[in-house]
Amino acid sequence: MIHSLFLINHSGDIFLEKHWKSVISRSVCDYFFEVKEKAVDPENVPPVLQTPHHYLISIYRGKLFFLSVVQTEVPPLFVIEFLHRVADTFQDYFGECSEGVIKDNLVTVYELLEEMLDNGFPLATESNVLKEMIRPPNILRSVVNTLTGGSNVGDTLPTGQLSNVPWRRAGVKYTNNEAYFDIIEEIDAILDKSGTTVFAEIQGVVEACVRLTGMPDLTLSFMNPRLLDDVSFHPCVRFKRWESERVLSFIPPDGNFTLMTYHVSSQNLVAIPVYVKQSINFFETGSCGRLEITIGPKQNMGKTVEGLMVTIHMPKVVLSANLTATQGNYTYDLTTKVLVWDIGKLNPQKLPNLRGSLSMQAGAPKPEENPSLNIDLKIQQLAISGLKVSRLDMYGEKYKPFKGVKYLTKAGKFQVRT
Amino acid sequence: MSASSAFNDEKGGSSSVGEPEYGHDPASGGIFSSDYKRHDDLKEMLDSNKDSLKLEAMKRIVAMIARGKNASDLFPAVVKNVACKNIEVKKLVYVYLVRYAEEQQDLALLSISTFQRGLKDPNQLIRASALRVLSSIRVTIIVPIMMLAIKEAASDMSPYVRKTAAHAIPKLYSLDPEQKDQLIEVIEKLLADKTTLVAGSVVMAFEEVCPERIDLIHKNYRKLCNLLIDVEEWGQVVIINMLTRYARTQFLNPNINESLLEEGGGGEKTFYGSDEDEDEDEEEKEKKAEVAAMAKRKPYVMDPDHRLLLRNTKPLLQSRNAAVVMAVAQLYFHLAPKAEVGVIAKALVRLLRSHSEVQYVVLQNVATMTIKRRGMFEPYLKSFYIRSTDPTQIKVLKLEVLTNLANETNISTILREFQTYIRSMDKDFVAATIQAIGRCATNIGEVRDTCLNGLVQLLSNRDELVVAESVVVIKKLLQMQPEKHSDIIKHMAKLTDNIQVPMARASILWLIGEYCEHVPKIAPDVLRKMAKSFTNEEDIVKLQIINLAAKLYLTNSKQTKLLTQYVLNLAKYDQNYDIRDRARFIRQLIVPTEKSGALSKYAKKLFLALKPAPVLESPFKDRDHFQLGSLSHLLNAKAGGYQELPDWPEAAPDPSVRNVEVFTLLERVTTLTSVPEWTKCSSREKRKEKKVEKPFYSDSEGESGPTESADSESDSASGSESGSGSEESGSGSESEESEEGSESEEEEEEEEEEKDKKKKKKELKKPVPETESEQSSEEEDRKIERKSKQRKSDSESESDEDEESESESSQSESEDSESEVEVKKKKKTAETKPPSKPVKKETKKEKKEMSLLDLDDFEPAPSPQVTPVNTFLSNSLVTDLEGLSLSDSVLSPATIAPSSALKNYELLHRITGEGLSVEYCFSRQPFSPDANMVAVQMQFTNSATSDTKNLHMEDVKLQSGMRVKEFPEIELLSAGETATAVMGIDFCDSTQAANFQLCTHTRKFFVSIQPPVGELMRPIFLTENEFKKEQGQLMGMNEITEKLTLDAKCRNEHAIVQRVTAAANLSRVPCGSDKECRFAGRTVTSSSLVLVTVATKEEGAAQLTVNCEKMVIGTMLVKDILLALTQ
Repeated sequence: MIHSLFLINHSGDIFLEKHWKSVISRSVCDYFFEVKEKAVDPENVPPVLQTPHHYLISIYRGKLFFLSVVQTEVPPLFVIEFLHRVADTFQDYFGECSEGVIKDNLVTVYELLEEMLDNGFPLATESNVLKEMIRPPNILRSVVNTLTGGSNVGDTLPTGQLSNVPWRRAGVKYTNNEAYFDIIEEIDAILDKSGTTVFAEIQGVVEACVRLTGMPDLTLSFMNPRLLDDVSFHPCVRFKRWESERVLSFIPPDGNFTLMTYHVSSQNLVAIPVYVKQSINFFETGSCGRLEITIGPKQNMGKTVEGLMVTIHMPKVVLSANLTATQGNYTYDLTTKVLVWDIGKLNPQKLPNLRGSLSMQAGAPKPEENPSLNIDLKIQQLAISGLKVSRLDMYGEKYKPFKGVKYLTKAGKFQVRT
Repeated sequence: MSASSAFNDEKGGSSSVGEPEYGHDPASGGIFSSDYKRHDDLKEMLDSNKDSLKLEAMKRIVAMIARGKNASDLFPAVVKNVACKNIEVKKLVYVYLVRYAEEQQDLALLSISTFQRGLKDPNQLIRASALRVLSSIRVTIIVPIMMLAIKEAASDMSPYVRKTAAHAIPKLYSLDPEQKDQLIEVIEKLLADKTTLVAGSVVMAFEEVCPERIDLIHKNYRKLCNLLIDVEEWGQVVIINMLTRYARTQFLNPNINESLLEEGGGGEKTFYGSDEDEDEDEEEKEKKAEVAAMAKRKPYVMDPDHRLLLRNTKPLLQSRNAAVVMAVAQLYFHLAPKAEVGVIAKALVRLLRSHSEVQYVVLQNVATMTIKRRGMFEPYLKSFYIRSTDPTQIKVLKLEVLTNLANETNISTILREFQTYIRSMDKDFVAATIQAIGRCATNIGEVRDTCLNGLVQLLSNRDELVVAESVVVIKKLLQMQPEKHSDIIKHMAKLTDNIQVPMARASILWLIGEYCEHVPKIAPDVLRKMAKSFTNEEDIVKLQIINLAAKLYLTNSKQTKLLTQYVLNLAKYDQNYDIRDRARFIRQLIVPTEKSGALSKYAKKLFLALKPAPVLESPFKDRDHFQLGSLSHLLNAKAGGYQELPDWPEAAPDPSVRNVEVFTLLERVTTLTSVPEWTKCSSREKRKEKKVEKPFYSDSEGESGPTESADSESDSASGSESGSGSEESGSGSESEESEEGSESEEEEEEEEEEKDKKKKKKELKKPVPETESEQSSEEEDRKIERKSKQRKSDSESESDEDEESESESSQSESEDSESEVEVKKKKKTAETKPPSKPVKKETKKEKKEMSLLDLDDFEPAPSPQVTPVNTFLSNSLVTDLEGLSLSDSVLSPATIAPSSALKNYELLHRITGEGLSVEYCFSRQPFSPDANMVAVQMQFTNSATSDTKNLHMEDVKLQSGMRVKEFPEIELLSAGETATAVMGIDFCDSTQAANFQLCTHTRKFFVSIQPPVGELMRPIFLTENEFKKEQGQLMGMNEITEKLTLDAKCRNEHAIVQRVTAAANLSRVPCGSDKECRFAGRTVTSSSLVLVTVATKEEGAAQLTVNCEKMVIGTMLVKDILLALTQ
């Protein structure tokens, strides 16, 4: 299936190559570079390219291209999903997925790639199994390793691959048994100029951090599971239980994982926590423009809106911005033409406001479209859909675990058209 | 890679690990000497004794490989470390080896024996990794070794090793496609595997090696459907895609009756309503819909297997893996009845939240789907709205979907959206939007005028690209009703002054020319302007100017005659030959001369014919003839290795091919599974039995029958009676059955799970003849059920049942009743068991009241039960019993007969043979008719009450190259009589079985003879000197050495000789030393020398050396003799 993988950085250097079958010359990437040159944005490079003898399937993550070469028919999503899984694994191992980190851990990366695919077919993609075989680096271990010449390859053979619950290794032990669940909801919305909602929906995810001894069997139930419209689960979740009883029953993986993602049924009206008043004008003469933005609380269920941030991709002709903010501060990046206004906490008594002028390239025609605003925000201790966990039960183990649930609402793709 | 660049590379690569390196400068690359020094340094490190140095060196080398630098000259130094004890060094060496073996084939062979040894390691993970690396080495010479290794691993008792074997199949296939036939056999065997671990990998192998052999799937179809949910996600994708193709060949089109109505699109709406409030009672509604649908189209009844597939794949729409969701979606799209396809929309829309690459692929597929089934995605219209932050390619695809979804009801909303998009800064996107508007306008008559007006407004846009695109689209729209829009044409005529985009100019000119009658005053003026700028125009514009001139000349020659002449003259001398051509051609057509033929009369008809309006079509139209989700679909071109999605068959092929007859596999054993034993089962057991016989899915849709084993168990966790809880569920038990049972417990109750695991481990290591009294009887019951279920499903385990079932009868009886393959095992256990057996029997009897099947728990050799696959083929039970997994020993009789008497093997048991029993032995006599054959002496005993006549053999099935000399027909074997006959088989120096039918006047029996490797040779006489000389020539890869500890009873020379000669047909070489025993022989077919040396040391330590130019024979022989000497 997957023949080779090339890791390419932003400037087009191939800094890692791995072949699972016979070696393919890296000149195959030239086709890719050609397309990449033409594309304005790395995001605009088509993920699937056809060359005379190969097909190139790539993803763009962390300013890196993961470019895989395939020779025969294969579902493109299969490859794309796998490449993202690779990137996730790097992230999991090294804390981030960037060129520097990969270069620093070249051998570990190579070993990981070796284990993840066999002859181009995914072999071990569960992080638990991989971690049994190849230990993630940490500072203490690397010091010890340099002193003793030890290694980061596990000396016990991984048994996870053999198990029926490949996501959990046997013999997990903790002194403090704890299970935390974060319910994070994101509001995706498009608001139009007048502030009316064009489109809004809530996507949620249940992130779990479970550190429990042995083989616990957990059951998580919700007060109002009917809210959930469409769900997708970690493989550990028993689908039938969900179908019949609307509870999540599972043997958890060890550590951090995404238990499920869900979509809140579209019949429920989505509460939009803030309103935005804005006016952006570009004038035909004098090559300048005016900008004024005010943000105020709307339906926030009595909670404070935090981490408020507005991002605007300005038209190319805008040279600089001369603005004043009543709260927070703003930056304007001249090269990417991105205006960022970092507000912080929203104070309902004194609404944050940003106003001032924009100066444009002389002689250039005024931009036709006003840039849309992307809003970021956070509300702690609230799931905007109203979803609530009713209880978490554990079977199969004797001890009493410490349990915790946290709610968080965030703005997802929250856009205000102007 | 050229030499110089190689040096460059080495230079770069030799810097230490982790040090970031950005390219390499050509200057330093030239210093060859330092390069060599650095590599010497690496070599030194590799040669050192310290693991840490080796590790450091290997890390640097692997870092070089990772960066794509050449490290091939280190091959000899690296390959030496292949047997290094340090796991990490070893792993890195493997990495290196796999990368460079292809280039350095000869040197790579040095490492092979290490892997061969690894293949026999008792640890399954080591076996698997050895096989993985061995099969990854792309060296053609080792193809036979790989083939053998794969075959063995395919019947390994560890599912993980079998999985690795499945992975190895495509590797071998790509290395040597000629092995296809043999590989298909292995695939066939592995397809029958019942573990989830293997299923995905073997289907992948199937897809790569023999996707056309759809017939191999029949028998495994239901199993695959039921296993699906528990297979790992990548395997699911492959299996689902394959099953889609399979279903297309086997089932009828579920939409067959609706295909006529399809055009109307009215049917979609009904489905639609039911989707809205799907949240609750989805099943019920579906059921209803189904019932209604069924009632409507009476003649079509869905094949239950078809239903099974749809039902079992549906939960996977909830997978976190986008590829799995997509696979299910395409399966539903291609296979499901129209009313049911809707379920996939929600899941696909969910994927739109994922990474942009995933969005890209999903949107392409959604675009194709929306053309056929618009209704499905209509409720999700807003999910396709475009954000300014989307990458352009995503925007364009979303537009495509929006356009496909547009209809009379939603067009106003969509057009409002489009208006926002048109003001976007992303001009490519704007251009696409304009085209989309054009398409909406052509498809939906009501909004045509609105759209046209909107587009005309765009003509005053400042961006040229936008204007140009609008012109092109307007041109297409105008063609539909030109009369009404002469003012638009006039407006556009004015634009020629400003618009510079050639395509747009050309479009305007064409419009004016085409409709010059609507704008009689303006047209000649436009031509005048164009004639002025003719020389500076682009080619397409020039062509249109000529066109315009010609058309005007024909309609309005008075005003334009001179202009036309002028333009044609300019064109005559144009640089482009197309334009010169066109000019010449048009002049002849429109300007009547004496020479011009009849054509000029029709000039007007030619130029001013009414042209049909263009149809604006989606580029995704008809793309669904490619399997959705495939690479070919994405590229809209057939990719290499793409398997066409077959059309539905006219009539359904015989569905009974999918029925699994458990007993066909081992015909001769079937009678042994005598029914009476089964009737003794507990009542619960019986119920199970019945269930198996029934089709295991219910015909009604309904999600009630659990498909996921995990769930059926978890039910029991909450329920009070756990045992029955898991059982009640019909199909749930099916998948459960196919697993190894451990999962069920895990989910059920932790404690039990652990116990069970422990127990299993013990079982693997050594027999535990102890009853597990701490287990509650209920638990026990459950376990029994599971085991029996398993057993039922696995025909190979029948032997076990026999053992139990016959335990009431005498020991010898139970031995007799074993099938032929089991003989070896018996022989062995006969030796080990006797002391313990009587005790066990007692326990058995005590327990008998409870359930016969309890015996399982006390069976000292339960390992066959945890080996769910194909053990009947491997017959390696003997060794498994001992906790050894030396699959090679399959071939050895393993038993050491107390004397050198020949061993008898059973060919046909008297029960199977209905009174006729046949035993055979390798007589070790030269077979006189053909010296290359191994003589097999057979003894026929007729213990039936009637005579047997015309005993002969038929239908001999052999591997290529093998030959058989049949024994002469035995005319009559009266009751109670015994007869012997000798046959010869040329095994071609392989341990492949010879299969044939043994026929009597009434019946035929399938039998097979498989030789232990030791029987494939004949003894020869050598002197000590000759022996040493020959041995000297068979060094290196032909020599296999193994250290061993001799069995306590076998520490004298006599015993050694006896055991070795019993294991192999060799003769002793006289020898001066009493510390060494030597044996010599030649293989029967190819007369290759086989030399065996056993050197003894103190304390029973010994070393065994086998020299044979046939490596395969050598390895197997080592295994056999080793076994003979150590036990």
